[in-house]
Amino acid sequence: MAHVAEPAGAEALDAKSESRVWKKFRSHRSAMLGGVIVLFFVLLAILAPILPIPDPTATDWGAVRKAPSLAHPMGTDEIGRDVMSRLIWGARASLMAGVLSVAIALGIGVPLGIAAGYFGGWTDSVISRCTEALLAAPFLILAIALAAFLGPSLGNAMIAIGLSATPIFIRLTRGQVISVAAEDYVESANAIGLPTMKILSRYIFPNVLPPVLVQATLTVATAIIAEASLSFLGLGQQPPAPSWGSMLNTAKNFLNQAPWMALWPGIAIFLVVLGFNLLGDGLRDALDPRET
Amino acid sequence: MLAFIGRRILVAIPTIVLISIFVFSLQQLLPGDPILAMAGEERDPETIAFLREKYGFNDPLPVQYVKWVTGVVQGDLGISLRSNQPVSELLLQKLPVTIQLAIMAMIFAIAIGVPMGIVSAVKKGTVLDYAANLIALSGLSIPNFWLGIMLILLVSVKWGLLPASGYVPPGEDLWLSIKTMLMPAFVLGTALAATLMRHTRSAMLGVLKSDYVRTARAKGLKERRVILKHAFRNALVPIVTLMALLFGELIAGAVLTEQIFTIPGFGKLVVDAVFNRDYAVVQGIVLCTAVGFIIMNLVADAAYFALNPRLRKQ
Repeated sequence: MAHVAEPAGAEALDAKSESRVWKKFRSHRSAMLGGVIVLFFVLLAILAPILPIPDPTATDWGAVRKAPSLAHPMGTDEIGRDVMSRLIWGARASLMAGVLSVAIALGIGVPLGIAAGYFGGWTDSVISRCTEALLAAPFLILAIALAAFLGPSLGNAMIAIGLSATPIFIRLTRGQVISVAAEDYVESANAIGLPTMKILSRYIFPNVLPPVLVQATLTVATAIIAEASLSFLGLGQQPPAPSWGSMLNTAKNFLNQAPWMALWPGIAIFLVVLGFNLLGDGLRDALDPRET
Repeated sequence: MLAFIGRRILVAIPTIVLISIFVFSLQQLLPGDPILAMAGEERDPETIAFLREKYGFNDPLPVQYVKWVTGVVQGDLGISLRSNQPVSELLLQKLPVTIQLAIMAMIFAIAIGVPMGIVSAVKKGTVLDYAANLIALSGLSIPNFWLGIMLILLVSVKWGLLPASGYVPPGEDLWLSIKTMLMPAFVLGTALAATLMRHTRSAMLGVLKSDYVRTARAKGLKERRVILKHAFRNALVPIVTLMALLFGELIAGAVLTEQIFTIPGFGKLVVDAVFNRDYAVVQGIVLCTAVGFIIMNLVADAAYFALNPRLRKQ
């Protein structure tokens, strides 16, 4: 395929296009909405310790499974803990799991993808075959298996989700590097004898970044659902520490008596995930040089 | 065609070998000695020695792997520690349940996702398009286990319309079987419908721009005919391919769906195995789903080939 110089990423470096991207992103209404939702939950998670809410693990046997009221706006759970407080503290577990597991996937996936794409040959074959093998196992099944063998805890769930998401980033980065490496400016950098590390850090990496960033945002959404799923199955956050998934796990046993226990954590997961999805879609549109 | 498929199978072999190595090495992840984990609380030295011998843990790792893989190839995935049944037997028992769930979910996904994708592509930029996209995005963002819980709350607890859980084999009572599976299939199907809708939309948008659609319109064909006969038929190729690729999502979604609706299928098996520390079963399931996924990939390739006359002629 003829590659008519489309300096997508090369351009991304200069300030002009950065402001163009930002402008496009800001005018993207749904992306901004996503950003606001995400920001709201990030603030909740950060401010949890100083918000005037009850201790999320404090039990109150006098207020077991109480319907929402002024004292407990979202009701209480099966041992009298405040659902709203647990929801706010649970935001920490969810966001941390989402962001850290994607950080793990990026930390392993991007360097491996760059190596595979840039060096080619054997390096590429080995990395690519392993990636394909890992991609063959469904994401959640892989995460469940890893979490099972590593032992149930929030940390291990993050590792499991991160490792399961890694192949996506290897493949994406590799493909991106291959197309960037074929560009004229990389060839000329090679021709004037720039050291490999310099070419990688100055030309390849910045150009690989935009699509990886988009994928990372969308993967945070997937990772948050995955963490909630693992916690729901009992493989993530362990009691009494709150997490949205484990709250739902308990809630499903009290559907008849206390439906509010199941309502709020689900809405919270839905909103955060929607926020990251909107943000990711918006970033993709803003970073896509083909669309004006 | 055959040569093409043959080539694809050859490429799949190293992948399968790597998966088997990966699945085998999973047990190396176990903290401490896996035998100690299997031997239980008492840690009776005799039991430990027996287990060590039985599972061949005295051999070096590569030998253990070769032994294990030889068994796997012959259909021996080991013995479930919990039920003492062969793992392969357990898998075959649970598989039909999950397949029924998967097929019914797929029907829901197609019935919802494909028409929505067509409409939103044909009516691009209208309120209908935005609504369809919003619904699809929500479908992608709703954790499907939560949707399941909410449906149980409404449909079963509040209205008492459908059973909240359980499983009836279709051979026993077909109508009851479908009825109990309706809600789980819907929950699993909606998750896939969103993906299907987005892909149908983009495939249709691509096709609607093509010359033959313009020609068909220029000939004065009715719009309905242009869309369904000329455009959709061609958009179908990537859609059918995608359906095969959704297999992984289907299985992963089934894990949670079966857990919520207490359906005794594949997904329930893996979760129970995880909690019973029945590692052979976990390994068997990961291996089977991965190989299943590769087979579905081959099917997708073959379908792509068969549906695309331009490829066939080459």
